[in-house]
Amino acid sequence: MPDTLPPDSVGLVTPQTAHFDTPLALAGGKTLSDYTLVYETYGTLNAERNNAVLICHALSGHHHAAGFHGMEDRKPGWWDAYIGPGKAIDTERYFVVSLNNLGGCHGSTGPASTNPETQRAWGPAFPVLTVADWVHSQARLADRLGIERFAAVVGGSLGGMQVLQWAMAYPERIANAVVIAATPRLSAQNIAFNEVARQAIRSDPDFHDGWYEEHGTVPKRGLKLARMIGHITYLSEHSMGAKFGRDLRTDQLNFGYDVEFQVESYLRHQGDTFSTSFDANTYLLMTKALDYFDPAALHGGDLAAALAPAQCPFLVVSFTTDWRFAPPRSRELVDALMRADKTVSYASIDSPHGHDAFLLPHPRYEAVFGGFMRRVARDLQLEETT
Amino acid sequence: MRADLKLIHDWVPQGARVLDLGCGDGELLAALARDKQVVGYGLEIDPDGITACIERGVSVIEQDIDDGLSNVDDDAYDLVIMTQALQALQRPDRTLDEMLRVGRECIIAFPNFAYWRHRLYLGFQGRMPVSKSLPHAWYDTPNIHLSTFRDFGQLCRDKGLTIVDQRVGNGDHEPHWSSRLWPNLCGETAIFRVTRASR
Repeated sequence: MPDTLPPDSVGLVTPQTAHFDTPLALAGGKTLSDYTLVYETYGTLNAERNNAVLICHALSGHHHAAGFHGMEDRKPGWWDAYIGPGKAIDTERYFVVSLNNLGGCHGSTGPASTNPETQRAWGPAFPVLTVADWVHSQARLADRLGIERFAAVVGGSLGGMQVLQWAMAYPERIANAVVIAATPRLSAQNIAFNEVARQAIRSDPDFHDGWYEEHGTVPKRGLKLARMIGHITYLSEHSMGAKFGRDLRTDQLNFGYDVEFQVESYLRHQGDTFSTSFDANTYLLMTKALDYFDPAALHGGDLAAALAPAQCPFLVVSFTTDWRFAPPRSRELVDALMRADKTVSYASIDSPHGHDAFLLPHPRYEAVFGGFMRRVARDLQLEETT
Repeated sequence: MRADLKLIHDWVPQGARVLDLGCGDGELLAALARDKQVVGYGLEIDPDGITACIERGVSVIEQDIDDGLSNVDDDAYDLVIMTQALQALQRPDRTLDEMLRVGRECIIAFPNFAYWRHRLYLGFQGRMPVSKSLPHAWYDTPNIHLSTFRDFGQLCRDKGLTIVDQRVGNGDHEPHWSSRLWPNLCGETAIFRVTRASR
């Protein structure tokens, strides 16, 4: 897209890879003998190595959070609105690390990678991962990069769950936590939506029980449906109405089942795009990780007890029209943090954009998020590094 | 610091657990954390106040006091503070009950409507008082439950609460001797320190 790069962009970035050959014991009982993580960094790690910020991505996210891979890119990374010079996560002060989680399909080891034991693609045999496994692997990446303690670990949605896990599992390695549009556990309704998405994929004849690669097929129809369902939950009724209303593609009804309403066209387009760029087994795996996350369950349902090990200040942000992870879910987390005597601030941002709001520019969201990050920089006495 | 906040600052014990209802920009909580190692949270609904708190490192929760404190456990705090918010609440009496449920003691500061300047304004101009402590016009004021120093004392007595201390303040100045003699007439701000009825 850009002829010139915007001044508040991190600019052109190149993904890097880190290979790990220390086996990773997984929560599900299996072990991953070796694996690769793909990641990007923005900004400069300072001499004290205390200005690193880790970005945790959501369900269909990846490592490319900010900047451009090339001048021909149409769009910047998925969180470019909040990562860059002078932005909420100011890359003139912070060194930002953003990775593709294990099990992903954007370069990190996942179901499409080769299983060293069989020399064929892992496919459905790739172990089901949990949020705890991801955080474990992220901590190893931090070791590799020489980061003892992150100035902040930041994430939205499923990414927010990883932030919580960081605070509980590695309290000494995280100085601040930013949990955006997240939930301490999925509701029955959330799990139900995930299950419909999984069934859409698994019932696609091209899925072949996950061995589609060997059959030379791609379960596109299933992935498309899964994405269409997911996408509905990311938007609010209001934002969908404002965007499409009951607008028709042509000026009259044609009494058939082809695309008639604009919203149908939009959803099909979203689904089609996704089905050619995302791996079905990864999608299944990521939704399972979402479903499984429930730190309170390990403490008899007491979330405050689960959060007891955390030491860092938290910022929790929700969005008024988010019905996927609605504000009361964030409140549940905030109440537990208060009960556990943790330092926490909470803002409920008035946005019409539903769950997707966490990705979009918004003056108040920017003020709250940026204000928190400025306080972090001040406390850590971070100077500008560039 | 505002005079009422200064007085409250002096009243708060070292290391107390504090909940500040309507904490504004977090000035009081920041000072209490710095000077008295107080741990606590502020509740606020004003976006600018919330951002200011977050920037200065005060724990602030976006929560409307009028929605109640049902998310807070009984006896969770040593002290619940509320300054300049009582008069803007839907049901100040119920909020007072809630404050004394979640905290053993509470400190409440509010504009005293019986302040002589307000009386003069109403008496001579025949119009709703507008002053430094009540800066809004009648039609756009958030202050829907104005009361006097004496009114609040009566509410406490009706509820059987114990008034540990009651003072008035005058803007940013040291209280004048007259306000000690005639607090309901000469005090601009009323400040009460209240504990639960003995059970």
